[in-house]
Amino acid sequence: MANLKIIDINKNFGKTEVLKGINLDINDGEFLVLLGPSGCGKSTLLNTIAGLETSKSGEILIDNYKVNDMEPSDRDIALVFQSYALYPAMTVKKNITFSLEQRKTSKDKIEEALNRVSTLLKIKELLERKPSQLSGGQRQRVAMGRALVRDPKIFLFDEPLSNLDAKLRVEMRREIKKLHQNLKTTVVYVTHDQTEAMSLGTNIAIMNHGVIQQCDTPKNIYDYPNNIFVADFIGSPSMNLIKGKIKQENNNIFFVANEHLKESKIPLNDYKFKQKINADKKIVLGIRPEHLYVEKNSSSDCEIKVKSELAEYIGHEQIITFNYCDQQLLGKFPSTIDIIINKEYKLNLDINKISLFDEVTEERL
Amino acid sequence: MIENNNQKYQQLEKASKTKNTIYRWILFLILAVFAAYYIAPLYVMIVTSFKTMAEIRQGNLFALPNDLNLESWYVAWNGQGFAAGDVFLKTYFWNSAKMVLPAVIISTIMGAINGYALTKWRFKGDSYIFLLFLFGTFIPYQSILLPMSRTLGFMGISNSIFGLILVHVIYGLCFTTLFCRNYYVSISDEIVKAARIDGAGFFKIFFKIMLPISAPILVVTVIWQFTQIWNDFLFGATFTFGKEAPIQVALNNMVLTSSSVKRYNVDMAAAIIAGFPTLIVYVLAGKYFIRGLTAGSVKG
Repeated sequence: MANLKIIDINKNFGKTEVLKGINLDINDGEFLVLLGPSGCGKSTLLNTIAGLETSKSGEILIDNYKVNDMEPSDRDIALVFQSYALYPAMTVKKNITFSLEQRKTSKDKIEEALNRVSTLLKIKELLERKPSQLSGGQRQRVAMGRALVRDPKIFLFDEPLSNLDAKLRVEMRREIKKLHQNLKTTVVYVTHDQTEAMSLGTNIAIMNHGVIQQCDTPKNIYDYPNNIFVADFIGSPSMNLIKGKIKQENNNIFFVANEHLKESKIPLNDYKFKQKINADKKIVLGIRPEHLYVEKNSSSDCEIKVKSELAEYIGHEQIITFNYCDQQLLGKFPSTIDIIINKEYKLNLDINKISLFDEVTEERL
Repeated sequence: MIENNNQKYQQLEKASKTKNTIYRWILFLILAVFAAYYIAPLYVMIVTSFKTMAEIRQGNLFALPNDLNLESWYVAWNGQGFAAGDVFLKTYFWNSAKMVLPAVIISTIMGAINGYALTKWRFKGDSYIFLLFLFGTFIPYQSILLPMSRTLGFMGISNSIFGLILVHVIYGLCFTTLFCRNYYVSISDEIVKAARIDGAGFFKIFFKIMLPISAPILVVTVIWQFTQIWNDFLFGATFTFGKEAPIQVALNNMVLTSSSVKRYNVDMAAAIIAGFPTLIVYVLAGKYFIRGLTAGSVKG
């Protein structure tokens, strides 16, 4: 149990900067997910926390103690790898107890810890097998057992579920969540899967190009993305991003996607701007596909005119592609609603759910 | 219509069966010729070694011996009753054994440690060091004879088994490193990272985790080094003489010693004795050899 502070970490591989001034503050018992596309530096950050790689500058504090110059084994952390990294020549039992043996733990204590972990993860009957005789899910359990047995201060996970098939992944995800709820250990979890990130994390840090784009609760990240990258990265299908301008008429401000079409106005009076905005500023309006409705949903809805172009049926719901002022707009509806292709529709857009971004800086307004 | 079609297919089936049989027999014939070509010298060696000189003089190279005459094997091994010089193989066989065992073991272990360090403990300039090892495998024997003999002389270990062990370890190190490096590069780095977090150090990870899964490549390096060192003639002939020489040098001396009569049966027996240990190693570990040689080059 510990908190983890990451202060201004920079790292280069040759001339490429992979981490640029990373700052993170992870509280005791928190489950932080590092989420980002491949090559964004999330695994490097994890390896730096573990001590497997050194940073160019910056500090890593575990329980407020600087661990930069400490060996990985002395940091009291445990890492679960993507490939599980089980020792091929050792039995499951040996794999799990190896770290304790390195620490010269007494035999009784090793036996006790092994018992506790193997009961917790339901791997008792596997103890005498070699890793090559295990299935993917079983290997995953053993890898977790190896991490759990030492009772470390911090758990690190490096895409632990990405080698499993879809069904098993959902199962193991739930188990990791359950484990964290029971043990309440601090966790840093790296993944590129947003569903995993949303469902597991108490906080999510979204990374791109070695920079943290936003670090917040899953709900805040989903509802109030900090910039266009986050808005686009989270959600499936991702947020609609409509280019347009801000217009002012009397005391009302509007978003217009096309200046020549009067009816394309979307009122912005209720939007909570972070700073004052000038009229005629080029902005991007973001709205999630599920916040478009065919029928009026609430009084805050605003009507827009669109033309349906493409329908994708996925069982419980359907995704319809519309043309709105010559820009693409996706809508997600229950499959019970009938929508005909190549037809004009009036859609209701929930004004309370929109996000506005500066077109140039791509930051939230 | 259907009847007709059936007939047509039956005819086609018959034709392709005949064609297959003919091709098969042509293939077997060619293979048999090549096999005979390769096996013939060994056959001649073996039968000649069991013949008496009188039988050999009859000039029928491929004929089987009249009876199993072990005399020439005895002479080749222990040299009693052999007039020409006093060269016989026993002493030199053990010389070679005393040289080859330590040399193979040391060069294999060191190569494995090198390969492990070069792949799992990356450091600045490691790729250049690996490049040097690679170049090392291209060094021809002849080019190091003079500097090596000066070095051995300087160290005071010329004309000794110990000196030969040193030479073979150094010369073989590039090959063993190359083999092991190519094997270890295919093993996940995450295993080493996991072991580091678990608290194991450089040598502990090597001996407890890497070495137990290195059997395929260790077999390759052992076979390679054993064959190279056991069969080496040049280093043995250059750096040793007299009673310290390894078996290949002794074989040469024995066969080429000018004497009144050439004893073909003794020569053949001696050659087989000199080649026997490598044959044994191949038979025992051969199936791992191909598997290990290609390890890392193909996935899975």
